[in-house]
Amino acid sequence: MIQLDFLAVLEQWPALLSGAGFTLGLSATAAVVGVGVGVACGWARSLGPAWLQRLVGVYVELIRNTPFIVQLFFIYFGLPSLGVKLSPEVASIIAMVVNLGAYAAEIARAGIEGTPRGQFEAARSLALTEFQVFTRVVLPPALARVWPALVSQIVIVMLGSAVCGQISAQELSYAANLIQSRNFRAFEATLIATAMYLLLAIGVRQFLFWAGPRWIFGRPQASGR
Amino acid sequence: MVDFSLWDIFRNLLLAARWTVGLSLVAFAGGALVGLALLLVRLARWPGARLGVSLYVQVFQGTPLLMQLFLAYFGLALLGVNVSAWVAAGMALTLYSSAFLTEIWRGCVDAVPKGQWEASESLALSFGETLRHVVGPQALRIAVPPTVGFLVQVIKGTALASVIGFIELTKAGTMITNATFRPFTVYACVALLYFALCWPVSAYSRRLERSFRRVH
Repeated sequence: MIQLDFLAVLEQWPALLSGAGFTLGLSATAAVVGVGVGVACGWARSLGPAWLQRLVGVYVELIRNTPFIVQLFFIYFGLPSLGVKLSPEVASIIAMVVNLGAYAAEIARAGIEGTPRGQFEAARSLALTEFQVFTRVVLPPALARVWPALVSQIVIVMLGSAVCGQISAQELSYAANLIQSRNFRAFEATLIATAMYLLLAIGVRQFLFWAGPRWIFGRPQASGR
Repeated sequence: MVDFSLWDIFRNLLLAARWTVGLSLVAFAGGALVGLALLLVRLARWPGARLGVSLYVQVFQGTPLLMQLFLAYFGLALLGVNVSAWVAAGMALTLYSSAFLTEIWRGCVDAVPKGQWEASESLALSFGETLRHVVGPQALRIAVPPTVGFLVQVIKGTALASVIGFIELTKAGTMITNATFRPFTVYACVALLYFALCWPVSAYSRRLERSFRRVH
């Protein structure tokens, strides 16, 4: 008969909680920087000079057609032989940023390319600089258009960060691993951690859908409109 | 220590890539079968089916594939089944693929205008006949590009099977690294091989999508 003992796992809740916090921290950092990279690359791919478009295209294709775990191993195990030594946490964040950046670039590009031509013309006729045209006129509605896709991608990267436990970054899956090495309740520990990932995914998604229109691409208030 | 030339590294990785391809095909085929069954259950409107399938999809899309692999691995062992990494990885990846494929295909069926269902019903076609002769062929045309695109995700997903001890491309890379102490070269080769597998598939999917858009 199978006997499951979830209490043996749950009594180690501090480890689980700190693991979940670590996962959130990694993901938040990677999301902010990664979306930044993505927007810059999205600009480069749709409005940048031809050579930059090609360069970013190569980056995007390379990342999108290789597994995250290989990217992570390459950064963590491979780069030290070039003299770049990284802690597991820094390697994890770099890998997540590089990964999210490539996907976000494609998403941002789709948003930017959906901008009606008249918007550019109207903004330029108001003597805005090219930088202002992009950040004030083109970008906010572009982000609003692709926000659902961007949120999904951020959640995917967060779930993907479970792999970072393999290079001993102390996130949620690492915590589950640690617990099962203490009490041999491998299935229970994994199941609980998986359930926590599901909750995190739902929570992060809800939060981003709430936060996006408010803080990221919302219309500026009180501007005499 | 054995001396590995670059060619030795590459050749061994190439041999291991067969298992990546094999596992991808098994997961994709299995996922297609289960995903199709789930799609039919949902379309047939059995009571509770819609909720059940959408929960299933939510769970598999909302949890890390790595944890799903661990659960299959530990769970099967718990049931007393003598698990090889093959079985656990094949099962987990099949279920994972089925959740994504059934969701993709549901979108494709939904994209077929509702009038097609109503017209079929008014012609007294049964559910099966409607699906086979009217809705199915139209949905299939829409479904091909995203389905091919999803294959890339499956191939990349098999890399995680290395963690439960399945010896495929990534695991072989780790083993060769441990023997040669040349992680930079080895993982660059591993990445290159994945790229060689995935890029043609994504390019093909994109081409299908473009030609599909041209027609419509």
